[in-house]
Amino acid sequence: METDDDLCQNNWGGSSSSSSSKLREPVCFTSQQHKWEDASILDYEMGMDEEPVFDHMKASSSHDNNNNNNKSNGVHSHVDFLQGVRAQAWDPRTMLSNLSFMEEKIHELQDLVHLIVGRNGQLQSRQEQLITTDLTSIIIQLISTAGSLLPSVKHNNMSSTTAPGSALFPYPREANNLASQTLNNNNNNSCEFDLPLPLPLPKQPSVVEERESHVVEEHEMKDEDDVEEGENLLPGSYEILQLEKEEILAPHTHFCTICGKGFKRDANLRMHMRGHGDEYKTPAALAKPNKEALPGSEPLLIKRYSCPFPGCKRNKDHKKFQPLKTILCVKNHYKRTHCDKSFTCSRCHTKKFSVIADLKTHEKHCGKNKWLCSCGTTFSRKDKLFGHIALFQGHTPAIPLEETKPSVQRGSSDCGNNNTGMIGFNLGSATNVNQETSQPGFMDGKIRFEDSFSPLSFDTCNFGGFHEFPRPMFDDSDSSFQMLLSSACGLSPRNGDGGSASNTSL
Amino acid sequence: MKKKAKQIEEKAMDLLSEEVVFIILDLVAQNNPSNLKSFSLTCKWFYQMESKHRTSLRPLRPEYLPRILKRYPNTSDLDLTFCPRVTDYALSVVGCLSGPTLRSVDLSRSFSFTAAGLLRLAVKCVSLVEIDLSNATEMRDAGAAAVAEAKSLERLKMERCKKVTDMGIGCIAVGCRKLKNVSLKWCVGVGDLGVALLSLKCKDIRSLDLSYLPITGKCLHDVLKLQHLEQLLIQGCFGVDDDSLNSLTHHCNSLKNLDASSCQNLTQRGLTSLLSGAPCLERLDLSHSPSVISLDFASSLNKVSALLQSIRLDGCSVTCDGLKAIGTLCTSLREVSLSKCVTVTDEGLSSLVMKLKGLTKLDITCCRKLTGVSITQLANSCPLLVSLKMESCSLVSREAFWLIGHKCRLLEELDFTDNEIDDQGLKSISTCLSLSSLKLGICLNITDRGLSYIGMGCSNLRELDLYRSVGITDIGFSSIAQGCCHLETINISYCKDITDKSLLSLSKCSLLQTFESRGCPYITSQGLAAIAVRCKRLTKLDLKKCPYINDSGLLTLAHFSQSLRQISVSDTGVTDVGLVSLANIGCLQNIAAVNTRGLSPSGVAAALVGCGGLRKVKLHASLRSLLLPSLINHMEARGCAFLWKDYHTNNNKNTLQAELDPKYWKLQLEEDIVL
Repeated sequence: METDDDLCQNNWGGSSSSSSSKLREPVCFTSQQHKWEDASILDYEMGMDEEPVFDHMKASSSHDNNNNNNKSNGVHSHVDFLQGVRAQAWDPRTMLSNLSFMEEKIHELQDLVHLIVGRNGQLQSRQEQLITTDLTSIIIQLISTAGSLLPSVKHNNMSSTTAPGSALFPYPREANNLASQTLNNNNNNSCEFDLPLPLPLPKQPSVVEERESHVVEEHEMKDEDDVEEGENLLPGSYEILQLEKEEILAPHTHFCTICGKGFKRDANLRMHMRGHGDEYKTPAALAKPNKEALPGSEPLLIKRYSCPFPGCKRNKDHKKFQPLKTILCVKNHYKRTHCDKSFTCSRCHTKKFSVIADLKTHEKHCGKNKWLCSCGTTFSRKDKLFGHIALFQGHTPAIPLEETKPSVQRGSSDCGNNNTGMIGFNLGSATNVNQETSQPGFMDGKIRFEDSFSPLSFDTCNFGGFHEFPRPMFDDSDSSFQMLLSSACGLSPRNGDGGSASNTSL
Repeated sequence: MKKKAKQIEEKAMDLLSEEVVFIILDLVAQNNPSNLKSFSLTCKWFYQMESKHRTSLRPLRPEYLPRILKRYPNTSDLDLTFCPRVTDYALSVVGCLSGPTLRSVDLSRSFSFTAAGLLRLAVKCVSLVEIDLSNATEMRDAGAAAVAEAKSLERLKMERCKKVTDMGIGCIAVGCRKLKNVSLKWCVGVGDLGVALLSLKCKDIRSLDLSYLPITGKCLHDVLKLQHLEQLLIQGCFGVDDDSLNSLTHHCNSLKNLDASSCQNLTQRGLTSLLSGAPCLERLDLSHSPSVISLDFASSLNKVSALLQSIRLDGCSVTCDGLKAIGTLCTSLREVSLSKCVTVTDEGLSSLVMKLKGLTKLDITCCRKLTGVSITQLANSCPLLVSLKMESCSLVSREAFWLIGHKCRLLEELDFTDNEIDDQGLKSISTCLSLSSLKLGICLNITDRGLSYIGMGCSNLRELDLYRSVGITDIGFSSIAQGCCHLETINISYCKDITDKSLLSLSKCSLLQTFESRGCPYITSQGLAAIAVRCKRLTKLDLKKCPYINDSGLLTLAHFSQSLRQISVSDTGVTDVGLVSLANIGCLQNIAAVNTRGLSPSGVAAALVGCGGLRKVKLHASLRSLLLPSLINHMEARGCAFLWKDYHTNNNKNTLQAELDPKYWKLQLEEDIVL
């Protein structure tokens, strides 16, 4: 089940990210080119340091570069190429090679340890460090291999069970630095030490797979955008995919092929990639790979997702199975329904959430307009509280004793300004706007407005109270309202930044 | 002596069972409630019986509550309207001492209690059925939540509880499931949500007063789903409009009484759908409706026309066709009110009353276009008329009144204020033997002769208004006093020829409660004393501008009229002594003493402190600075409101004379209206 809020969030996330990328690309890119070039010098130096260790990486990236350079109109050729890859039948060999790679890696490690044993514990501390680094990297690889399955699974032809490209080089930055540091030390101190290089993979497949994973990620982005699509699908008219629990709960789905840093969104990964060299700064590399817009591409079979939790209505074995639309829906659904609610609201210390976005949404409104029921449930809207009370026997509205005075004061003053000259005030337009945004924050404002439409003038009415109206509306909507503005006209850079920042943090 | 009394006591104990004594006491109380007091003072046994018998109490001072509640353990009705200041402590005393027996509490005129006190009361009084919390303007939702603890509550009045919101009403709706009568008039903090929840939770509601609430038609959907609703008042609900009533689908077959007056946004369309939801309606009030009562409008009454008995169209613009259509559609109409419908014409009213043979009540106050034609038609076609109010129909000729008395013999209530009625008209009216209320204010054509006809004929008269009917003298008045011994209310203001003789003869009417003699220059303390001695039930007294009333009159009054509640001694010869003596009257609530020369600030202060139950005091503005501020604060804390008047002190004889001359007064009035 997706609540309205969910949809909104998705929409917002999608639109803001897309708009920010679309709108800002031309401007930012050109203006920041120089800066980035400066920065790239540093990058280069770092690259030099890392070179001996990660030569395979270098190779792959250079290949990437070649790819870009060779094919003059980057995006097109990419996609063509990828089309080819995609057309391939599902190949367990890819997976096999991936696994064998890891096997080799483990063997190497074994050798290393043997070597150390043979040397009777010379340079032990450093060796230890190296081993732990390698072990960490192997573990990370394992996880990321599993994680990289995530996007690839949903591919319609089920061709790739893994996205080895992303899984291959998932060295986290810390490990990376540590390794390079050790290497430096090694280089300086003793040359007898043989560097434990991970074996480079056959180049062709690695690149291919990397690309593919990229495309898959892109597809996910697309899917997110299509949330509004009608949901009356006939069973069988779509493909059901089911991810495993671990995949769903993996924090990141996009990994940097160079440093291994994980990202939730492909767009953020692409932004990150700029730091790895000029080749990632081309508009083609930064552009959102838009495969489906291409003519001649095959229409994809619609994909829907199943929750791995047995007995859940979202599970494909359920009698009244209701599929989930996107990966994001799967994630949110799984966390909300089948996971512990580990995020507690810092304001009320009672409400708990399993999805951090829900917590943030709640915290925005927590403490404001609290309509309390005797059962302890709080509502942001009075009509919701009354609906709740109407529904349940024995529940009554709870009136906090200490707060009675101010809160009731407010209520009465609200009612006071309700009564003021609202007669004939046309609310139509205002309400419409609210509905369009339908952001929870905004809803508050809207409700207050509607509630306040009771045109009656009494001796208690105070026109002064009327001024209270617009302020809470904007307070409540906070960023959401401004987001609307920025995405609509793309003028406010602050909001754009805010939007992307929140995306990354999510 | 003592022995004898004891014997009687024992005898009575043997002979009479408690039930029989109670029946006797019921009859004693019926005649005059104060007789019970004498009864209880007879002996200990009588005292005990009386304290067991009494179930309703109306204490004058909250301080005595513990004692009187101990004395009367069976108290079920407690009326605290004479106690302006009822603290939480007093309420908890009530809860502790008469908790299980108490069924009804009236706190409508009291203040300074809080939610805590109400909670004690509600928790302790488990069988509380009725509570009146009107005018508790400081009460908030917490107070309402406390009321919700009274689970067996059936009748709740919360008029003008302006600070109670939907939340409080929600608590009451959930807590008091047995509610039958609810009045939320002027609770301007209560909106659709609260009312909707109330009607959802309390299914037994029979009467619901939502007047002046900021509700819309939305909640009326829920209200009309109530199965037993008989009375619905949505007077002055500006939010109820046509659109919100559009989709009204539910039929409330039990609804009999609908008051939709002053709903400024409710026009014919909304009303049609509202009426179609109430097919069994008997009484409809559409006063001050914005729509024109035309032929179209009358057709919207089609759905309810069969059973409709009463319709009020006060202040509406009524067309001739509309009235005609109402007459043809609603043949069972008994009561019609067209008060202040200035557009009503002879033709319209004639065609209406021609169809309504069974009409019993008609109000055509200020329908100034009406002439004798329609009144003749009325008299001819409505023989069952009981009440006719036709103030200020000054075009009606005197001959028309002759006919009314002859044709409508069942008349009980007549308002001929400011009309052309003459002695001949009064003679014909005197044949209506059951007449109980007669208003003849500003009837300049009547004299003593006409009044003597009334005195001879209408022995059941209870209310007589002779305001500014200057043709009346002592002769006519004495015949009234002789003939109408049941008089309870009389107004002889500005009847300039009335003297003490009239008052002496009036003192025979021992049931007199309200006496207004404003601007009667010849009445003195002697006449007042006669009334004070004989009329024990006197509650309202207006002596303004009676210059010969002085302290001696008030001293007698203070001694004898122990039930006096309201007195006006402005522009009289009363001094400090008289005013201070008023402190002797326990239940005195209102005093007006403006422009009374003989009053000094200290005297006023003494009187104010002395009268413990004061609620309203009207004084000259100059006294405001002369009285101690602490005294004023003290009085206000006791629940007394001050009204400071700043009249011109033109107490000379000429202005009084001018005021007394009705023609001059009318001229002045017309000038004022033009201005």
